[in-house]
Amino acid sequence: MAASVSAGRPARAARAPVAAHRRHRLDRTLSPYLYIAPFFLVFAGFGLFPMLYTGYVSMTNWRVDVPGSQGQWVGLENYRKLLDDPFFLNALKNTVGIGVLSTVPQLLLALVLAHLLNYRMRGRTLFRLGVLLPNVTSVAAVTLIFVQLFGRDYGLINWTLGLFGVEHIDWQAGTLSSWTAISAIVTWRWTGYNALIFLAAMQAVPFELYEAAAIDGASRWRQFRSITVPMLRPTILFSVIVSTIGALQLFGEPMLFGQQQDPTTGGSQHQFQTLALYSYNQFWGRFKYGYGAAVSWAMFLLIVVIVGANLIAARRMKGLDA
Amino acid sequence: MPTFRTGPRTRLLGAAAALTALLAVTGCSSGGGSQAQDDPNEKITLTVNLFSDFGYADLYKQYEQQHPNITIKENRADMGAHHQNLQAHLLAGSGTADVEAIEIGQVAGFQAQAPKFVNFLENGVDAGQWVPSKTAPASSADGKVLFGLGTDMGGMALCYRSDLFKAAGLPTDRDQVSALLSDWKAYAATGKKFLADSPNKDVRWFDSGGNLFSAVIAQAPTGFYDAAGKPVVTENPAVRQAFDLVAGAIKDGESAGIQAFTPAWDTGFQKSQFATVACPAWMSYEFKANPPTDGGTWDMARIPGGGGNWGGSYLSVPKSGKHTKAATELAKWLTAPEQEAKLFTEKGYFPSDQALWSQPDIANHTDPLFNNAPTGKIFSQSAKDLKPQPLGAHGAEIGTALGNALTSIEQGKTDADGAWKKALADVANIVG
Repeated sequence: MAASVSAGRPARAARAPVAAHRRHRLDRTLSPYLYIAPFFLVFAGFGLFPMLYTGYVSMTNWRVDVPGSQGQWVGLENYRKLLDDPFFLNALKNTVGIGVLSTVPQLLLALVLAHLLNYRMRGRTLFRLGVLLPNVTSVAAVTLIFVQLFGRDYGLINWTLGLFGVEHIDWQAGTLSSWTAISAIVTWRWTGYNALIFLAAMQAVPFELYEAAAIDGASRWRQFRSITVPMLRPTILFSVIVSTIGALQLFGEPMLFGQQQDPTTGGSQHQFQTLALYSYNQFWGRFKYGYGAAVSWAMFLLIVVIVGANLIAARRMKGLDA
Repeated sequence: MPTFRTGPRTRLLGAAAALTALLAVTGCSSGGGSQAQDDPNEKITLTVNLFSDFGYADLYKQYEQQHPNITIKENRADMGAHHQNLQAHLLAGSGTADVEAIEIGQVAGFQAQAPKFVNFLENGVDAGQWVPSKTAPASSADGKVLFGLGTDMGGMALCYRSDLFKAAGLPTDRDQVSALLSDWKAYAATGKKFLADSPNKDVRWFDSGGNLFSAVIAQAPTGFYDAAGKPVVTENPAVRQAFDLVAGAIKDGESAGIQAFTPAWDTGFQKSQFATVACPAWMSYEFKANPPTDGGTWDMARIPGGGGNWGGSYLSVPKSGKHTKAATELAKWLTAPEQEAKLFTEKGYFPSDQALWSQPDIANHTDPLFNNAPTGKIFSQSAKDLKPQPLGAHGAEIGTALGNALTSIEQGKTDADGAWKKALADVANIVG
C-alpha cells in the first residue's frame, strides 16, 4: 500500500499558468496525499485505533462483572498470566496445528490446479472462474454443509468410508479428526483463490523457456519443477504469508464446526478451540475485557513474529527479491 | 423458550448480532434512549429480541389489530449470543430492543443491572401473579425492582417411546412407567435392562449425557450456587453425585451421545436413536417438528425424582429502548394469564402464572403429541413440587462446561474422573 504514495503525481499540474503557480505547486505536493487520505483515515479509525485501544485495554483489569474495574492498570500482568494459562497454550497448539494442516495441502493443491488451468483446453474461462466459487460462498454456509457431511451417524463421509469397511468416525471428538475436518473446510474454500493467483503468475513466465526446455526433451513434470516453480517463487512467498495470517486468525470454521452449546469452547475438551475463538470466549463469553484483549494482542504479536520468520527464511533462499 | 436452543441458523444470526454488539461497544454510545413523546396514536415499531421461537406470531397479529399504530418486529439470536449482546448493549447504553427476553439460567447475571430496566412494580404489575421463586431472580437484591415478567417455566416430565418400551418388555402405561422410574437410580438401572432386552440394538436409552445432567441437577436443593451467590460446584456433593450418575449411565452405553439442540439431535428423534428424553414443557416443539419415521409414538410420564425446573424465561424492557412505555404494555400483555394459557394449549409452553396451574383448561389439558398424555396435570404437579434452587451469575455456563465434560466421556476421550477434573478447570476459568 505504501508504494502507491509516489505513484499518484498528476501530470496535468505541470502545465499550470505562471500566475497560479503557487497554488498549483501546492496542488502538486498536496493532492497525492489527499487521494490516498481516505484509505489512511479509514484505516486509522477502524484499524489502527481499535488495535492501539485493544493494546491499552489488555494492560488493564477491566471486567464487566466487576464494577469500577475499567481502566485499572495492571501493566503486563495479563500477558504473564497467558504464559501459564493451559487454555491459551492449548489454543495456540490448535491454531498452529490446524494452520499447518490446512495451509500446506492447500498451497500444493493450488499449484497443481493452476498448472492444469494453464493448459489450453475447452471452456478454460469457465474452469478458471469455477475454482473461485468456493471462495465467494459464505463461510457459515460452507461450514454448516461440511458439518452435515462430517456427521457421525448419518454423514456422507462416514457413509463413504463405511463402504470400505472403516468404522464411523466421530469427527468432532478427536483432536486430529477435528483438525482434519476443519482443515478440509479451509482448504476447500481457499484452494481455488490461491490457484488463480498462481495462474496469473504462471502466465507471466516467458513461453520461450518452456519451448527451449521442450526442445531439450524435458517432460511436462520436469518443466513444472524446473521452470514454473522457480519463476513463481515471489508469488508463492506472498501466498504463504497471506495464508499463514489467515490460518492464525481462524475463527468462523471452528466456531460453527463445534456442536457444543457454547460454540466458543471449540469441542468438548477444547480440542479445536483456536486463538481467535479463545479470545472471543474470554471477551464476549466471560466479559473479561482486559484478558481477552491480551489474547488478541498475543495473537497479533505471534503473526508478526511468524511472518517475520517467513520473510527471513525466504531471503536466505537464493534468487529471491523479497 | 428452549433453554439451550442453538440451531445453526440462529447461530448465524448470533454471529451477526455479536458483530453488531461489537460495533455498538467500540463506537461511542449515543447516551440513553431518547424518550419518545407519549402520543398514544403515534405510529411506532416495537422490536422484540428473543433467543428462540416463543410462539408469539399469532399474538403479535392480535395485538397489532388492537393497536393499529403499533408494528411488532421480532429478532432471534442463539441463546448464548442473545444474552451476551444484551449485556453488552446495556453496558453501552444503546442498542437494546424494546422488549428483551432473558432466560432463567442467565437472569442472575442481570441482577446487578436492574436499574437499567423498567421497574414493572411501578407500572401496575402485581408480583403475586407468579410464585416468589419466579419473581425473585428477576428482582433487584432489595426486591424493590422487578425487571422481568415471567413467561413460561420448565415443568419437568419424562418423555418415552411406548412402542420401543413394549418391544423391550417394559411397561407402556404411563402410571406404571412413572412408578418403575421413581428415581434416577431406577432410571439408570432400567436403562441397562432396556439395552439388554431391546430387539433393536441401534436404540439407546437417552439422547445425551449433558441433557440428562441438566434434569438431574435441577432437582437438587442446591445446584452450582449457594444462597449467598457463591459458586459451590466443588463443595456441593449433589453436583458430583449427579455427574457420576450420568457418567455411570454413559459408561453402560445408555447414551446415544448426540449433542442436544443440533441437527443431529433432530435426526435422532426422526430415526429413533433413543427411547427416553428428560423433557421440560418447552421441548415439545422438538417432538412436534421431528416425528419418528418408523411411526412410533411418544408418551409422557412423571420425571424420575419428581419436581425440578429446567429453563423458562422472562420478558424485560431496557430503559435505553426507544418506546419504553408502549414496550411495557406489550410485555405485560404477552405475559398476561389469557395469553399464557393460550401459549400452553396451542404451543405447549407451560405458564409460570401460578393461578393458571389450577385453571381447568390448563390442569385438564391433554396433548395428542404424547398419546393424549395429561400434560397439564403432569406439568402442574411438577411446578407445585418445585423447590427453587439458588441461581448464580454464571449458572448456564457452568452447566455447559459440565455437559461438555460428559460429552467427552461419550466420545470415549476420558473417564469420569478425568472429565470431572477438566470440567473443574473450565469452571475455574468461568467464575475466576
